[in-house]
Parts: sequence; C-alpha cells; structure tokens
Amino acid sequence: MTEKQLMRGSHVIGEAAVRAGCRFYAGYPITPQNELTEYMAGAMSRIEDGVFIQAESELAAVNMVIGAAMAGARTMTSSSSPGVSLKQEGISYLAAQELPAVIVNTMRGGPGLGNIAPSQGDYFQATRGGGHGDYRHIVLAPASGQELADLTRTAFEYADRYRTPVMILGDGMMGQMMEPVTFPEPLDLTGLPDKPWKLDGAKGRPSRVILSLLLNTALEEELNWKLFRKYETIAQEIPAAETFMTEDARMVVIAYGTAARIAKGAVKALREKGLRVGLLRPVTLWPFPDRVIRDMSRSVADFLAFEMSTGQMVEDVRLALEGRARVHFYGRPGGIVPTPDEIAGVLHTRYERSGLGGLS
Amino acid sequence: MAKKIFERPRYLKENVYHYCPGCGHSIIHRLVAEVLDELAIGERTIGVPPAGCAVLAYNYLDVDMGEAPHGRGAAVATGIKRMLPDRIVFTYQGDGDIAAIGTAETIHAANRGENVTVIFVNNGVYGMTGGQMAPTTLLGQSSTTTPGGRDRSRDGMPIDLSQMLAVTGGSVYIERTAVHSPKHVRRTKKALAKAFKTQMQGLGFSLVEVVSQCPTNWKMTPADACRWIEETILSFYPLKVIKDEVGDI
Ligand code: SF4
Repeated sequence: MTEKQLMRGSHVIGEAAVRAGCRFYAGYPITPQNELTEYMAGAMSRIEDGVFIQAESELAAVNMVIGAAMAGARTMTSSSSPGVSLKQEGISYLAAQELPAVIVNTMRGGPGLGNIAPSQGDYFQATRGGGHGDYRHIVLAPASGQELADLTRTAFEYADRYRTPVMILGDGMMGQMMEPVTFPEPLDLTGLPDKPWKLDGAKGRPSRVILSLLLNTALEEELNWKLFRKYETIAQEIPAAETFMTEDARMVVIAYGTAARIAKGAVKALREKGLRVGLLRPVTLWPFPDRVIRDMSRSVADFLAFEMSTGQMVEDVRLALEGRARVHFYGRPGGIVPTPDEIAGVLHTRYERSGLGGLS
Repeated sequence: MAKKIFERPRYLKENVYHYCPGCGHSIIHRLVAEVLDELAIGERTIGVPPAGCAVLAYNYLDVDMGEAPHGRGAAVATGIKRMLPDRIVFTYQGDGDIAAIGTAETIHAANRGENVTVIFVNNGVYGMTGGQMAPTTLLGQSSTTTPGGRDRSRDGMPIDLSQMLAVTGGSVYIERTAVHSPKHVRRTKKALAKAFKTQMQGLGFSLVEVVSQCPTNWKMTPADACRWIEETILSFYPLKVIKDEVGDI
C-alpha cells in the first residue's frame, strides 16, 4: 500500500487505471471529464509501453480501444454523456467480440447537449446495453475517492475475467471532489494470465479471427445464449451494495453515486431526530443487487429511490421487490444537485405519510 | 519432374470464394496473400476486414484478423499497431466503408502518420447491400439509389479520397492501381508490396487504392466490366502514384 494522497476524482481513476495495468487510453475532449483525459496523457507518456491517443471523435476513440483490446492490452476510454452515446457503437462490438475494456462515463445533464452539471440521466443507457443488440455489460458506481481507486482496479479485473466491457458510472461531482485516497500497488503485468484469443500474428499457431458477423442465424443464436450464460454468471458472482443504518430501519433510501452521498447525509440527520431510516447504495448497477433489496423487504415495507434523474434505477428497485414493498421516488434531473436537507425533508414527509411515525 | 508454376499462396485458405464471378476482390485477396508470403511477414501480420462484400476476408486470408465496425478500420488498426508496433497491420476496405462512413477515421489515421497499410478497393458501388450509390459512383452512373444516374446537383461529385489523404502530413505512399488486366494486376502487386515495405521500415501511412470490378451491381458481364473500367472509370480515377515520399525501397 502507498501513502494516502489528496487527489481529484478524475485523477484518481487515471492513477488507479495505470496501476491496474492500463496501457492504452484513447479519448476526446468533453466537459466535465477532461481532467481524466489530461491525466492519462501525462501518465502514459511516462510509461515505456503506454499509449495515449487524442482521437478525432468518441467513435474513433472506442474503436481504437477495440483494436488495442484485440492486441491483448488493458485498455480504457472515457467521456461524458453525449460522448458516451457515440461510444455505444463500439461498446456493442466489444460485447459481441468479447473484448475487455473499461469505459468511464462522467455523467452530465441531458438529453442532447444538456449541460455540464452532475446528473444520473444515463442509467438506462448504461445498464440496458446502450448499443444495438442483446447484451449487457458490468456497471460500477463509485461514491467516494477511495472507491474510485478500488473500483477502477476491479473494473479492469472484471473486464479481463469475463471478457466484457465494464463501465464506471460517475458524474461531474465525483470527478471534481478532492478526497484522501490510498492506491493499491501497481500490478505486475507479467503475472496476468495469457489471453489465448488475442491477435498478435499467427506465428507457430493457426490464425485467429475476432469477429461479430454471424450470418448463420444458428451461430448468432449460439453467441447470444453464450453471452446470456456469461451474464448470468456475472449476476451470480458480483452484485455489491453498501448498507448504512439499515438494521432497524423502517424506511430505506436506495441511491447510488453522488445521490447516495447526499442521501447518507439526510439519513444521518434524520437518525439524529430519531427516525428509523437507512440507506442502501448499489455499488454494481448491472448486475443490480436485487437479492439484498429483496431480503431487506422482510423487515422494510417502504423504500424510496432517490436519483438525479426523473426515475430510472427506480425501475430496477421495483423489479427487485416484485411488489413486496412500497416503492417511492424522488428525483432532481437536469444537473440539479439537491442538498441533504432537501432529501431529509422528502424522507421525513414520506416517513410520516407512510404511517411510520413522526418525531420520537 | 514437372516444375510447379502455379499454386495456392501460403496465406490463402482453401475456402471457395463467395465473391461473384469476375469480382475484383478475389484477385486482390490473392495478391495480398502472395505479397505477405514474399515479404515473409504473414506470421506477424494482423488484418482488419471491413463491413461490405469483403467482410468475409478472414475466410480467405490465413492471418490473424480482427473485424472492425463499418468504416472504423483505420481506428481499429491504430489500436492494434500502437500496442504491437513490430507487427504488420493492414485494413482492407471498400469505398463506402472508407470514403463515406469511415472518412474521419481514415483521414486522421493518415494525418497521424499511423504506420499501417490500407487497401482501399474502389468499385464505385455499395456491393453487399445491393448496389446503392457509393461516394465514388461516377456522374451519370445509375445505382439503386440513383436510378436516373448520379446527378451532381443532387448527389454531389464522386469523391477522390486518395487525393485528400495525400495532402495529410502523415501519409507517405499512396498509389491508385487496378486489376482489370494482367498488366494492371502486376502493377497492383508491386504497389501492395511497396506499401507493406513502407510499413516494415516504419515510414508512415501507406495506401493502395485498387479500382476494382463489380460486374454484378454494374449489371455487366465480367469482360464488359473490365472494359468499362478502362474506358470510363479511369478517366475520372486515373491510375498513378498519388504521393511518394518513400522512393525506391
Ligand atoms: S457484389 Fe460486386 S463487389 Fe460484391 S462480390 Fe459481387 S462483384 Fe464483388
């Protein structure tokens, strides 16, 4: 372990990526995530086999990542909402061709050009397979500087382990905040397992092909089922969530990323007033941690999904609960970042209306 | 014992081409395979096939191949080559792939001077999708989307991508050739060899544009297609070395 350092969120992702063995980064300028691209430009120039390319577009960047992943490298690209829309073409191909790559989305207000303020409007795009075709990819939602470091390392591990694109879903707030972080030691790349599918020239072995065109529908169906089975394995193995003050809670807020930080403040404030509220924070958005939510419904009858959107994750909450509990929603879209006080007020009102009691 | 004078090139698989009779792709594939063998680089070559008629190039060329999304060949090749600078990386792209949907990726790869080789097959039509107008379709030439012929005021002029690439700072060798006669086939092979050698010596971006016959979508016999190239296409797309900063290698 290294020393604790005070670092901006976007730089934390960059440093953690380098330490996770990322050797290829391609990106295109877009606010509010330029600090990550700039960090990678510097970091890659200091690594002998590191490659940084400022691409001509998001589309080109993700396709460069496809090439570098084919060559066996640990790769990353990053952008913010409008740019991630452009990357969806490549993400679909990464999924189809089973190529590992990490994609960072620092979400901003949308749709369209929107604004550059923190938002959570890309949840559907991230968790439903935002490109064409029948696929999913892992989505990790860090909520602190330390978690940015840890989950970036995890993202590269999952990408290689499951041969899949992995998205780190944050927002402008997360990218800008300065928090103390301890990084893991840089990974020894020579210790990583070989990639027996990579393209490096057919010397002394049969030639290999990495493709996604399967004109034979039986083969395409086979690929789809193969991917499906992989997604089922992932859904078994990696769902993660943090719970905060949920043991005796009568109402639980479900929120991720920046919204979860705000909600945590609200929960703390209401606990001081004696309200039995708690927080459940999904760390993996896909796969969604539905079992822990379902289990919680044995003792909790009221959940409130809070998002910086008009309500996207709330659908997964409802699916997880399948009617076992009441699901309320509160959202602030468009780049508005509400205060913990505002959320506390909403929670308090809901708590009373649901007949869970007022101030004790 | 009889001397063997003709055989299947080492880097051509034993699959039967799916290409139409008289299609230029079959010839160009064979030339690529021969050049890879003659330059002894087949075992360290990675190819990037396009979307289009040549999408199945990996069924024929016996080297590592990684399929790119439509038009993104130059970007995918960039990623491969930057990670594996001692390997030989080429893309094989049609006119729609490279000169319409992939124009940006191609121009910027050339401008960065990516040390890759691009084989650009220009047959003036979208073959695989059934004969729509390509960026390279000639004025007056009919296609399924220009039923009365390409019209300048409605459809614009045919594009000359190779000329455009020649003005980028990173391209070093660009030549336009054809494969409609034995003489031109031989010239194409020389150009392909020079392009790959350019890459082997690390000199920068190289491209060979091959004017190629698509008898099916031109609705011609193979022989007429070859004549049409000579008599019509070459007057708009003259065969020549468009840029050469490499010299004799
Ligand atoms: S449609 Fe044209 S380019 Fe395609 S295989 Fe047939 S002849 Fe060749």
